[in-house]
Amino acid sequence: MKTIKKSRTRLEKAHISLRVNGESVEVAFAPHKTLLEVLREDMGLTGTKHGCELGECGCCAVLVDGQPVLSCLALGLAMEGREVTTVEGMADGTSLHPLQQTFAELGAAQCGYCTPGFLLTAKVLLEKDAKPSRQEIKEALSGNICRCTGYIKIYEAVELAAARMRGEQAEPAEETIYGRQ
Amino acid sequence: MAGSNGSGRKNLKVIGKPFHKVDVKAKCTGEALYADDLTLPRMLHCKLLRSSVPHARIVKIDTSRAEAYPGVKYVLVGKDLPTSFGALPVSEDEHALCIEKVRFVGDPVAAVAAIDEDVATEALDLIDVEYAPLPTITSMQEAYDVSDPRIHEYGEDGNIHRKQIYEFGSVEAGFAAADYVREDITFYEGSTHLALEQHASLAHYSHDNKLTLWSSTQDMHYLHRHLAQVLQIPTNKIRVIATPCGGGFGGKCDPFNHEIVVSKLAMILRRPVKICLTREEVFYCHRGRHPVLMATKTGFKKDGSITAMHHRTILDGGAYGGHGVASTFYTGILQTTTYQLPNYRFEAVRVFTNKAPCGPKRGHGTPQPRWAQEIQMDRIAEQCGKDPAQMRWEQAVLPGHVTANWIKISTFALREAIDKVVEGSGWKKKFRKLPYGKGIGIACSAYMCGTQTPIYWNKMPQSGVQLKLDRSGMVTIFCGSAEIGQGSDSILAYCVAEVLGIDPFDTKVVTGDTDLTPVDIGSYSSRVTLMTGNAAIQAAERAREFLRQAVAEKLQVPGERLVFADRRVFDGENPEKGMTFIEAVWLAESKFGTLGTVGSYSPPAAPGKFKGATIGPSPAFSCTAAIAEVDVNPETGIVTVERIWIAHDIGQAINPVLAIGQVEGDVYMGLGEALMEDMAYRGNRNVVMKNPSFLEYKSPTTLEMCDVVTYLVGEPEPNAPFGAKEAGQGPQLPVPPAIANAIYDAVGVRIDEIPITPDKVLKAIKLKAKGLEGRVGPTVFPTCPMPEAIVVPTPYDGGDGKAIEDKAALAKK
Repeated sequence: MKTIKKSRTRLEKAHISLRVNGESVEVAFAPHKTLLEVLREDMGLTGTKHGCELGECGCCAVLVDGQPVLSCLALGLAMEGREVTTVEGMADGTSLHPLQQTFAELGAAQCGYCTPGFLLTAKVLLEKDAKPSRQEIKEALSGNICRCTGYIKIYEAVELAAARMRGEQAEPAEETIYGRQ
Repeated sequence: MAGSNGSGRKNLKVIGKPFHKVDVKAKCTGEALYADDLTLPRMLHCKLLRSSVPHARIVKIDTSRAEAYPGVKYVLVGKDLPTSFGALPVSEDEHALCIEKVRFVGDPVAAVAAIDEDVATEALDLIDVEYAPLPTITSMQEAYDVSDPRIHEYGEDGNIHRKQIYEFGSVEAGFAAADYVREDITFYEGSTHLALEQHASLAHYSHDNKLTLWSSTQDMHYLHRHLAQVLQIPTNKIRVIATPCGGGFGGKCDPFNHEIVVSKLAMILRRPVKICLTREEVFYCHRGRHPVLMATKTGFKKDGSITAMHHRTILDGGAYGGHGVASTFYTGILQTTTYQLPNYRFEAVRVFTNKAPCGPKRGHGTPQPRWAQEIQMDRIAEQCGKDPAQMRWEQAVLPGHVTANWIKISTFALREAIDKVVEGSGWKKKFRKLPYGKGIGIACSAYMCGTQTPIYWNKMPQSGVQLKLDRSGMVTIFCGSAEIGQGSDSILAYCVAEVLGIDPFDTKVVTGDTDLTPVDIGSYSSRVTLMTGNAAIQAAERAREFLRQAVAEKLQVPGERLVFADRRVFDGENPEKGMTFIEAVWLAESKFGTLGTVGSYSPPAAPGKFKGATIGPSPAFSCTAAIAEVDVNPETGIVTVERIWIAHDIGQAINPVLAIGQVEGDVYMGLGEALMEDMAYRGNRNVVMKNPSFLEYKSPTTLEMCDVVTYLVGEPEPNAPFGAKEAGQGPQLPVPPAIANAIYDAVGVRIDEIPITPDKVLKAIKLKAKGLEGRVGPTVFPTCPMPEAIVVPTPYDGGDGKAIEDKAALAKK
C-alpha cells in the first residue's frame, strides 16, 4: 500500500523579485515550482506553453538574461534578480517583432503551440548572428519540435526576418508563397 | 465556366492570395488561449489513475484513503458513469472509467478532483485497486490464436473485432488475363500523432444546470453527442467549445475519458474542473496509426498495366474500437483511386490487443495500403523493365474515372503531378544512374476531400454556416468547424470576403462553439475546406443578394450589373457609380430589417449501392506525386533523405502559402513514419509501452528534416469551393514508399516494413552481400476463416452499383 510522506503543496511559499518582459515584479509561489509553472500559474503569462515538462520538446523556451532556457527545467526560485523574456514581451510596444511578423506572413505558425518557443530561440540566434545560414538556423532550432510545419516555413520566416532586421526591403520568395512553377 | 461555388471564377481578389491567417497573430504573441491556459474562479484540478496492468478484472477499488486526503473534493470511479460510448455507433465499447476490467496499461480507472494538481496527483497513490490479472493478447497472431479470454465480449469472434471482405469484378479472371502475378507481404508500424499540446479540458456546470466544456478537440459536434449520452443530460444543456487546438492530426477526434470525467465532476461539485494530461498519458490516449500487415497479390501485363489485385490487411487495433471499423475499410477501399484497377478483392481483419487503442491519424488507414502498393509498383516496373515514373504515368487514374468499387473521380491531375516531379528532380538523369549509396525513388497517391456520410447516419447537412451583417460593417461568420492549425477559420473568412468584395480581416470568425455555431461535423477526413467553404459561399451569396437588391434600387442600376469588390458595391459599367460596402449594408438593413443568412453543404450521392458503398466516395479527390532522393551509408545503414520533390493537385489553392505549409507538414510526418516513428511495446513484459516520451519516441527534428520542393498543380475542381481540394492528408501518403524505393535505388535492398531503421538497412545489405535476398520485412501472413465476399460487378462489366446478393434478394421479392 502506497503512502504519502509529505505533500509538496503545504510548503511555505517562496517570494522573489525579478524582471519579466522589462518590468520589475514580485511573485510568491510554492517553492518546488518550475519557472514554467510560475509564469503560467502565478503570473498569468500563459503564452509560454508546455509539451512534455521534461525538457524534451522546446515548447516552454523563454529567455533568461537573454539566453534561451527550458522553463520546465528551471526552478522559479533560481530567478531572483534575473531578466526573463516570454513571448508576451517580444513585441516592441505596439510593433510586432520582425520574427512574429514573418511567422504570421508565411504561416510558420500552424497550430501555434510550439511557436513561442521557436520565436524566442530564433530571436537569440538573430541577435548573435545577423545573417545565419540555413544550416545554422537548423542547428539553433534543433531543440524545438514542431509537428505541423515540417520546419520549412519556420526557416523561411527566420531568414526573412533576418533580412528585414538587417534593413533590407525583403519580401518572401515567389517559391515560398506559390511553390515551384 | 464558373460553378455556383465559384470554381473556375476569374478575377479573384482574395482566393489564391497569400493572406496571413485570421488567428495567426494571436498565436505569435501568446494571446491565443488554449484549453490549459484557461482558469475559472473556484477551479479544481483533476488527475486520472490509469491501469498499471495490461489486462485484468477489477476486483476492488477502495477510494476511502484518497477521499480523506486534505484538499481532495471527490473521487470518481467507473460505476459513476455506467453508460458506454465510442467514436462509432458500431463499437461503443468504452467507459469513461473502467468498471469491470482494464484492457491496456494506461486505461483510466479512477479520477480525483482536488484543490490543485499536486494534491490530485498525490491522492492517486491513495486509491487502492485490486486487480485479478488475465492473459494478455499482444499481437495479431495471438489475437488469431487465443479466443479466451476475449478482450471484449462483442466482435466477430474471439479477439477479432471486425472482418470485411469485398470483391469488385473478378480477381480470378483478372489474374488469368495477367502476364505475371506477384504477391508481396509488407508491414507498416503504428505511430502516434505527437501533437505538441497535451490534451486538456475545462468543465463548468452552472446553477442553471448548463454544462460548458472547453476542450482541445477536433470534433466538438460528436463530443457534444457523446457527452449527452454518457452524462444522461440533453444536448441543449451542454455547450462544447473547441479551444484553439495545439495540433490534432486525428489524435483529438475521439471522445476521450478525461472530457467526460471533468464534466461529471463539475456536475457533482458545481465547481469548474480542469484536466491537462501529462505527455505520458497522451501516449496512452493514442488513437494513432494502426500497425497493418498486408499481403498484396497483383496481376499485371508486360506493359505494367494491372489486371487484378487481391489485397489483404490485418490491423492491430489495440484495446478499443474507436474509429477502427472505418480505419479497417480505409486499408482497402481507396486502393482503386490512384491507378487503373479493373478487378479488386479486399479482405481486412481488425483485432483487439492489450495496447493503447489505435484510430485515425493523418491519412486514416490509407498510408499503409499506399505503402504496400507503391513499393510493389516499383518491383512491377523492374519486372517489366519499365521506368517506374513512366509506368505510373501510364497507369494513373484519369479525370472522370469511376473505380471498380464505384468511386467517382472528378478532376485528377496525377499525370501533371508526375511530370512536375520527374522534371524538377532530374529523374531521368538520376534513376539507376547515381553512385552506390545515392538513390532516387517515386511514389504517388490520391486522397478524399471528406466522406459521403457522417459518423452517425442522418440526412442533415455535414456543414453549416451563418452570417450576420449589421450597420457596423462587420460580417460575422459562424461555423461549427474546429481550427486545429490547418487554417479552417481563415478559409471561412477568405471565401466570404471574396463573395462580398471585402477584406478577409473585415470579418469576424466564430467557430467551434455548439451554443453559437451551426453544426459542422469536425476537422477530419480532409473535409473542412470543401464543405465549410461551400456552405460559406452559399451563405455569402445569399447575403450579397440582399445587398444587391437594396443597392440596385438606390442606384437605379440593374442588379446583375453590380460588382462587389475592394470594399465597394458599384456599377460594373460605370465603376464611379457606387457606394462603400458599409453603405450597402445600411441600405439593406433599412430595406429588409436585421440581416442574416445561412448556407449548408451535403455531399452528392455516390453511384455505389452495396452495403459499405458510402465509405470511400468523396465529392473530390486530390492526388500527389513525390520523388525522394536519399543517401544511404552502407557501413551504418543510416538513411539521410536529402530532398523530396512533391507535386500536389489541389485544384485551386484558396491560399497557396497555407496549402504549401500543409504539403510540407505532410512530407515531414511521412518522413518521420518512414524512418523512425514507432509505437513500441514490451510484449513479454506487461505490454507496457517502451517509449512514452518525446525523447524516446523518435520524431524528426530540424536536423533530420529534408529539403522540400513543392509544386501545386491541377485545375479548379467543380465540386469544391473556388475549386479548392484538400492538402492536409493526401501528400503524406507517397512519402514513405518514395523513400523506400529510393533506398532500393541507392543500395539495392528492399525494406518492406516501416520504420526503415538503420539496423534493418544494414541487415539487408549484409544479406545481399552473402548472396541472399537483400530484403527485410515480413514473410508470413496469418490467415483466419473469412465470410463470403460481398461481390459487386464493376462499371466496366456492366454493373449497376449493386452487390450480387442484393440482386438475388430483390428477385425474391
